[in-house]
Amino acid sequence: MTGLGVLAPNGHGLEAFERALRAGESGIRFQPELAALNFGCQVGGIPQGVEEIQRGYLSEDELYAMNPNMIYAAIAAIDAWNDAGLARVSPEDEPDWGTGAVLGTGIGGIDTIAEKLAPKTEAGKVGRLGSAMVEQIMSSGNSARVAGLLGLGNQVTTNSSACNTGTEAIVQAFARIRAGQAERMLAGGSEGHSKYIWAGFDAMKVLNRTKNDAPAEASRPLSASAAGFIPGSGAGVLMLESLESALGRGARIWAEVLGGAVNCGGHRQGGSMTAPNPVGVQRCIRGAIATAGIDASDIDLINGHLTATFADPHEVENWRAALGVEPERLPLIQSTKSLIGHALGAAGGIECVASVLELAKGFVHGSLNSEDLHPALTAYAGRIVHETRDDPGLSVVAKASFGFGDVNGCVIFRKYRG
Amino acid sequence: MSMSEDEVFQKVVGIIKPFAKAPEALASAGMDTSILKDLKVNSARLVDVVLEIEDAFGIEVKDEDADKVKTIGDAVRLILTNAG
Repeated sequence: MTGLGVLAPNGHGLEAFERALRAGESGIRFQPELAALNFGCQVGGIPQGVEEIQRGYLSEDELYAMNPNMIYAAIAAIDAWNDAGLARVSPEDEPDWGTGAVLGTGIGGIDTIAEKLAPKTEAGKVGRLGSAMVEQIMSSGNSARVAGLLGLGNQVTTNSSACNTGTEAIVQAFARIRAGQAERMLAGGSEGHSKYIWAGFDAMKVLNRTKNDAPAEASRPLSASAAGFIPGSGAGVLMLESLESALGRGARIWAEVLGGAVNCGGHRQGGSMTAPNPVGVQRCIRGAIATAGIDASDIDLINGHLTATFADPHEVENWRAALGVEPERLPLIQSTKSLIGHALGAAGGIECVASVLELAKGFVHGSLNSEDLHPALTAYAGRIVHETRDDPGLSVVAKASFGFGDVNGCVIFRKYRG
Repeated sequence: MSMSEDEVFQKVVGIIKPFAKAPEALASAGMDTSILKDLKVNSARLVDVVLEIEDAFGIEVKDEDADKVKTIGDAVRLILTNAG
């Protein structure tokens, strides 16, 4: 990994994001629009100051045809590109044939559909839609825009696997580079913020509606008082690059991707559209470890999926079973969602950026709001990180995401030591 | 409506401005300036330019007339004729 870009509810850019992770700064805020519309959950995570930030990245013409999902992806992708020390491909030059992108999204441009496409179409005003509908509502809108901004010439695509999207993107990009089909791949995910994106989750009653008056306490993974996740948004993008290419151009290497795996539990053995098959989860984790060529005991830290639904204790138990350890020997485990909420298709990307920052800078961020540990997790009490700590010896992080559809993804990062 | 040709021209330039990728060409634009070639407006966005012209001048532009607009002057004359 030679470049990182992040636009999170608690910070834009690596410096701000690292500071927020270390300080336990929550990006969850009260959202008056949700309250006015009678949402049960009236808090959410939205990147701040984007109106201002976007002017430094995108022209008026580009912004004309971009919704928040696309804008977030573009900002994080440009940041990752610049962080990788690459020169921008000028509009007159050939594309960079060696570099591509897998930038996913969970829901995509549904806000554009709801606010513009559907009302005008229903009113018989298709002729008034303008030219910018398709590029905003096509599933690949985010990666397509990034391709043009950066002049990418390798595979450019958008994956979608619900809450596993961002992590899956990294596994896919890793595989493409390993197969020799690309030198570099931007990988990660983005998700806009919209009442239309969040309404369906609110209707399912999977969002926490008990902390509207205390937003920073609303996202409570691992907690006895967890009552659902908090919706988030933003983007996290990583530049994956072959070691040969990175060394050849003298790039700074943030960390290595050692391996990764994706699979599906098939909605069997207790799995369903919305619940994970534990056997599938454990196979995915073990598959990632196997492709990484490490022992389970090499893992120092787990950046879990851990959303603050009923599934958290099951996830921890799946990690324990997959690694074949007793609870007190589980690697340290944390939830970045406690700080930013669940950014859906962007979650994996943002949380992978967090994991890589922790590896490179030698720290482990604390999980907010887990002091009242879930009773099923008592045996793991010593392994759950509440307060940020320095950990210069941190060497291997396992990051996993699990999504609706019973889909799983796990990636293994290692500190680069040359 | 009784706008002068120059007033219409300035208003059209203002409408095109957000879509123009060649701001320097826009600054020195004249009636013969090509919207696509000189101002480097993405051809798909001509649809949006015409929609904004319709709104700004309160006119309706037929598809076949819109297709003939290549230069700023074409747009200005089309507006003046329609608003006539």
